[in-house]
Amino acid sequence: MTQPVLSVRNLTTEFHTKAGIVRAVDGISFDVGPGEVMALVGESGSGKTITGFSIMGLIDEPGKVVDGEILLNGQNLRGMSEKKLQGLRGDRIAMIFQDPMMTLNPLLRIEEQMVETVLAHRDVSKARAREMATEALALVGIPSPAERLRNYPHEMSGGMRQRVVIAIALMLEPDLIIADEPTTALDVTIQSQILSEMQKLMAERNTALIWVTHDLTVVAGLAHKVAVMYAGRIVEYADVDPLLDQPIHPYTSGLISSIPSSVPRGQTLRQIPGMAPSLLNLPKGCSFQPRCFAASEQCGVSRPDETNVDGVRRYRCHNPLEVA
Amino acid sequence: MSAAVETPFRRLVSEFSTSPVAVGAGIAVVLIILAATFAEFVVPQNPYDLASLNILDGSLPPMSEGFEGNYYLLGTDEQGRDMFSAMIYGLRTSLLVSFIAVTSAVLIGMTLGMFAAWRGGWVESLIMRIVDIQLSFPALLVALILLAILGKGVDKVIIALIMIQWAYFARTTRGAALSEIRKDYVMAARCTALGQMRILFRHVLPNCLPPVIVIATVQIANAIAIEASLSFLGVGVPITEPSLGLLISNGFGYLLSGRYWISFYPGIALLLTLTCINLVGDQMRDVLNPRLHK
Amino acid sequence: MLAYLIRRLGQSVLVMSVMATIVFFGLYMVGNPVDLLINPEDDLAAQEAAIARLGLDQPILVQFWHFLQGVVQGDLGTSFVHNQPALELILSRLPATLELAAFAMLLAVIIGIPLGMFAGLYPKSPVSKGIMAGSILGFSTPNFWQGLMLIMLFAVFWRVLPAGGRGETAELFGIPFSFLTLDGLQHLFLPALNIAIYKISLVIRLSQAGTAEVSLQDYVKYARARGLSTRRIVGTHILKNILIPIVTVLGLELGSVLAFAVVTETVFSWPGMGKLLIDSIGLLDRPVVVAYLMLTVFLFVVINLVVDLVYSLLDPRIRTKGKNA
Repeated sequence: MTQPVLSVRNLTTEFHTKAGIVRAVDGISFDVGPGEVMALVGESGSGKTITGFSIMGLIDEPGKVVDGEILLNGQNLRGMSEKKLQGLRGDRIAMIFQDPMMTLNPLLRIEEQMVETVLAHRDVSKARAREMATEALALVGIPSPAERLRNYPHEMSGGMRQRVVIAIALMLEPDLIIADEPTTALDVTIQSQILSEMQKLMAERNTALIWVTHDLTVVAGLAHKVAVMYAGRIVEYADVDPLLDQPIHPYTSGLISSIPSSVPRGQTLRQIPGMAPSLLNLPKGCSFQPRCFAASEQCGVSRPDETNVDGVRRYRCHNPLEVA
Repeated sequence: MSAAVETPFRRLVSEFSTSPVAVGAGIAVVLIILAATFAEFVVPQNPYDLASLNILDGSLPPMSEGFEGNYYLLGTDEQGRDMFSAMIYGLRTSLLVSFIAVTSAVLIGMTLGMFAAWRGGWVESLIMRIVDIQLSFPALLVALILLAILGKGVDKVIIALIMIQWAYFARTTRGAALSEIRKDYVMAARCTALGQMRILFRHVLPNCLPPVIVIATVQIANAIAIEASLSFLGVGVPITEPSLGLLISNGFGYLLSGRYWISFYPGIALLLTLTCINLVGDQMRDVLNPRLHK
Repeated sequence: MLAYLIRRLGQSVLVMSVMATIVFFGLYMVGNPVDLLINPEDDLAAQEAAIARLGLDQPILVQFWHFLQGVVQGDLGTSFVHNQPALELILSRLPATLELAAFAMLLAVIIGIPLGMFAGLYPKSPVSKGIMAGSILGFSTPNFWQGLMLIMLFAVFWRVLPAGGRGETAELFGIPFSFLTLDGLQHLFLPALNIAIYKISLVIRLSQAGTAEVSLQDYVKYARARGLSTRRIVGTHILKNILIPIVTVLGLELGSVLAFAVVTETVFSWPGMGKLLIDSIGLLDRPVVVAYLMLTVFLFVVINLVVDLVYSLLDPRIRTKGKNA
């Protein structure tokens, strides 16, 4: 196997609030190789967005990455100086935010926001930066890109803005892109367009992609690997097909059965009972135990350790579902 | 009555007390008002009884002893007047003027504001247009022009202050009254034409009081500051009843020769009074603002 | 947009005429300028000639009619005291006041915005707490006393700056200005600071609140995620966004600067139009007071209009809304 672009080991991020310490990300590990797409799946509050920001080094007070390693091309980002991190952000790792309406600065033209990104990382002329911006806009399928550069964000539709953000992410040909639910805020038709374009571009350029989402339907067509997060931990990690076909963790299974297309017409959808727990007040033992149909006495006592199945696939559960 | 009964007033007091700064400011305000009210008993000298002044004690710096062994904590002016006494008397004038002005402005403003909200139509438009126009001009400038028309005097200053302040209360009252008047039960009562006055006074009026009280507190501080500025400019209170502003103005001439205390201490008293009232007003706004309660 | 502009202008004209009427009749009722202006030792004929020259012998309504005619022609009467057209007199004092106001605004912006942004970016720092406490003090301190204290410290105790006057001026486009000479600048500094302290406090509050709010916006985090330098983020992304409310409020405050200038000019003997107003009120110089008021109302109207325009320049979202409407 080639060297992974990103290798995360035992990443732990905590928030020190007045109400107590919240461990939003709790010792997670995964690798993403070049051209590989990893989906990070979970409900809201499971820590998937915080994982993205932790990798970027964008966790603000009162939060802090307290443990673990974040290796980008073998280089540990944790403990790196802010200056050096700044040089990597936007250049080697790019990020796409969830809501394109809020991401771009409303008072600056698209041109200015793209050019400033180029100039922050490349020693080129403004004219050259503008050229690169135009090319990037054309790449993501924006018609008449040179004119679009003169627009302000509010003059574009949501889908168009998200394409701009994607163009900015691709512009400097990063090694890794972290996309935090980039299509959730968009119309369904636009969603699938953007998804397939992203997939194509990643493959062409051999860029690693972490796709943060709560939507398993997106995962099937896009990702190579899937990490399912629950209450700050990765509860199951596997290649996409085995995970969707034969989930091991009851939570993964629950997520899959709540997808409308997973059950035959006329049958009621299954849902996971209850709500995601508050990170301030996690249940004893396995965090998922109160909502779990397979829970046993042991689940309320001890937290399950990680079991490695075949070198890739791993899970955290006392009562794994049968692997047929 | 048992002590455990939770009256609205008690709740306000206990919520007000959550800020030690505001409580301190509140106590200071009470002390200032007491000192001004009972000035005769607080100060060592009646600063406007010329017989009690000793010209030999003129222009003494703070903490000096006079010719006859009098102790002058804050020094004396040219005529041997004890600055501390003059200051407390000045405070009395300042407080009295602004208190009368704001109370009258509240009454006038609330009446007009309620009337506007109740009648609606062109009456409301007319009153609110006047309010808008008036509030778009700086209060001090309006007061200055009014005094240019009216002339000097304590009564004139009070009239000018009322004229510039009623608009704030009219605007606030109308806003609060409208939100109550639009409720169903008031609408219903108006249709039957029964008990309109009762509704107006029992329900609409109390609803207007909290915001008006908050604004009134802040406006008292404003009135004191504006009165002081007007007196400083020489268009305010007459020399026979000097307020803090006039004291400061009188001291201006001595400032350049280094006798700073004649202007300095009345200014400190003014600053202290204004800051304390503003702090109390801030906290009252937090306590009385229903939007901040969950 | 045009209809709005016309309506605004119509409103302003109405306000100006109402003000003119109130002030004209109000001032007429106070005192009799004849007593003040005419030498009682002159013989009767000379006195009557003087009264006739000033138009004071005519019925008040006739005087008002003449006044209105004059206003339309830009003639606001002749000062009783200075024997010079009132408007001309005020306009000759206007540059001094505008210079003071402009310099004060400049101070407010260059001192207030950085301090406020600092407090907004680092709310927990003791420096920030000091800045915010200072701004509360700046709000509460009465303007004229502040002026006295500035004189006491800088002119009396430390003797580093002059206590009053305009100092040496130099001409620019035929108008004398203080800021062109070192001596003039020294004279300008204290009165400008006196006006500025309140504005600085205001700008600190606005920038602090704005910065704290804008910092939490997604686009700021996104700017960081693109690897932009802190300087670029604070100086462009945050600053541009907080500037909108600051410009609006400061623009509207320009009017109140004129009012504060009355006090400051009196404290520092600054020969601007505010000091002229106070002197004229004292001398019952009616045409000057009326002319001052008309000019002030006019300036207010202009300022409000300009603020609206600048506002739409700063915010592209408003600009397009105006185009569509």
